[in-house]
Amino acid sequence: MNRQAQAVVMLLLGGAVLKASLGDLYLRYVKEGLRPFLIGASLLLVAAAVMTLWYELRRRTDPVDEHHDHGHGGAHREPRVGWLLILPVLGLLLVAPPALGSYAAGQSGTALGSGQTSDFPPLPGGDPANISVLDYASRAVFEGGRSIGDRRVKLVGFILIEPGGAQYLARIVLSCCAADGRPVKVAMSGDAPAGLASDTWVEVVGRYSDRTTTDPVNGEKIPFLEVVEWHEIAAPKNPYE
Amino acid sequence: MTTVDREARPAPHHPPEPPRRRLFGDRIGSVEVLAVLLVLLVVFRGPIAGAISDPRLQTWTTVFVAVMVQATPFLVFGVALSAVIAVFVPRSFWARALPNHPALAVPVASCAGVVLPGCECGSVPIAGSLIRRGVTPSAALAFLLAAPAINPIVLASTAVAFPRNPEMVVGRGVASLIVAMIMGWLWLRLGRADWIRLPHRPDLDDTSKGRAFWAALRHDVVHAGGFLVLGAMAAATINVVVPERWLLTLADNPVLSVLALALLAVLLSICSEADAFVAASLSQFSLTSRLVFLVVGPMVDLKLISMQTGVFGRRFALRFAPTTFAVAVLVAVLVGGVLW
Repeated sequence: MNRQAQAVVMLLLGGAVLKASLGDLYLRYVKEGLRPFLIGASLLLVAAAVMTLWYELRRRTDPVDEHHDHGHGGAHREPRVGWLLILPVLGLLLVAPPALGSYAAGQSGTALGSGQTSDFPPLPGGDPANISVLDYASRAVFEGGRSIGDRRVKLVGFILIEPGGAQYLARIVLSCCAADGRPVKVAMSGDAPAGLASDTWVEVVGRYSDRTTTDPVNGEKIPFLEVVEWHEIAAPKNPYE
Repeated sequence: MTTVDREARPAPHHPPEPPRRRLFGDRIGSVEVLAVLLVLLVVFRGPIAGAISDPRLQTWTTVFVAVMVQATPFLVFGVALSAVIAVFVPRSFWARALPNHPALAVPVASCAGVVLPGCECGSVPIAGSLIRRGVTPSAALAFLLAAPAINPIVLASTAVAFPRNPEMVVGRGVASLIVAMIMGWLWLRLGRADWIRLPHRPDLDDTSKGRAFWAALRHDVVHAGGFLVLGAMAAATINVVVPERWLLTLADNPVLSVLALALLAVLLSICSEADAFVAASLSQFSLTSRLVFLVVGPMVDLKLISMQTGVFGRRFALRFAPTTFAVAVLVAVLVGGVLW
């Protein structure tokens, strides 16, 4: 791989990452907070590509520069492994794989972690109160829904239907990137969504229920939500919590 | 001073390799190959996208792209810092900054890892640059191991992930520092200079500093980045292939659980800033085995082994990675035994 080709690959990689981070595409793979670093890094990549091309052009036209070059155009082995950098470029520009969904969520057990003890802050205002799937599951499992009480809550997640037929409302929690994504699952009783395929996004309004079930994957507790109403929605901008 | 003799710098010069015979003669270069490849891929975009509609393959692609996107800033800024070290920081600086005796330089370099708030992808090229600039390899390797594990961001994320076990943060920091120092001293006693094979880089001695900087940046991004792609592909494969159900059957056995999580840390290759959250979610496993996961992960994983092979050579990676793995598991188990 010669230096011009390396410059082109860097330009492509920088451009692909820049394009993904200027739009919403990057949210499928990483946390929102990484955006400034992604933009900075991709600009540096583009700059490195431009500078490489610039020096290459000067080297070709300027005979004095040629002298400095120790003649390693052919003799010095340039890294061939660099060709692999085309793969993430293709991944971002051509394929743009979807965010993790029901398949990944079905493969791992619900992940509430070691969790908080009992000092949950009060629910946000409004009726119903908007909270995350992780927040509902933590309040339900770790403190028996005390801070929820009788109030109605609204959760947004996607439908996960396990091979056994059990249906959950799920959301994937990221701490860094999709490689560490872990699902949080909530089971639904009452007027639960019906007839939806896996990966359909829904908004569910419901009340705390003290019923629980266990995750078939890791044996952890999955809380129930007594659904009052639900409707299908478009996938949110940030698919993760 | 036999220790110092053994610690001799790796030979910076290697005889240039004979020119490789090109496949198509001299008329078709890499740029042309690249152009044809890209045109073909754009033309066949539809069939390619259709071929990965299988959920397993789709998850693989998502995880692979995610690891690459996540690692890009760390790689690029790490490489930029290493280019600054290689080009602008004079050799005399390191002679003044580190104790003269290599055995003392090791702990100093390990603790210096605190100041580099990054994950492991950036520290490999930085360690390569340090050795190139005359820092004794044992100190540079101790820095390589310590930096991704004990910097403030990683320790803070560990504290957030384990709200009920603050001693996990202490255990992680202490165990990682001990492993880094043991590995530095081990290298001092047993390491051989010719195991490290830094590629010949005439471009770093360029008369123009600016040109040398951009050349170093280009070379390291393409080189370390290529190996990062290999590591990311391996990590995505493990992520899709190893089912959690299978893993959980090992959680009850104290010995197997330690080994299972140590291996998982190597195979998953999660960024050191995120691994604490994954460890926290593996709640069926003992705290000691999760500490092992947190100590091994930033020091030995597929992504790192791949990048070390690229930067230091295969002979180095073959010896360094397994030794680090063994030392890290032992130290983490001992620290875990003291804590719990």
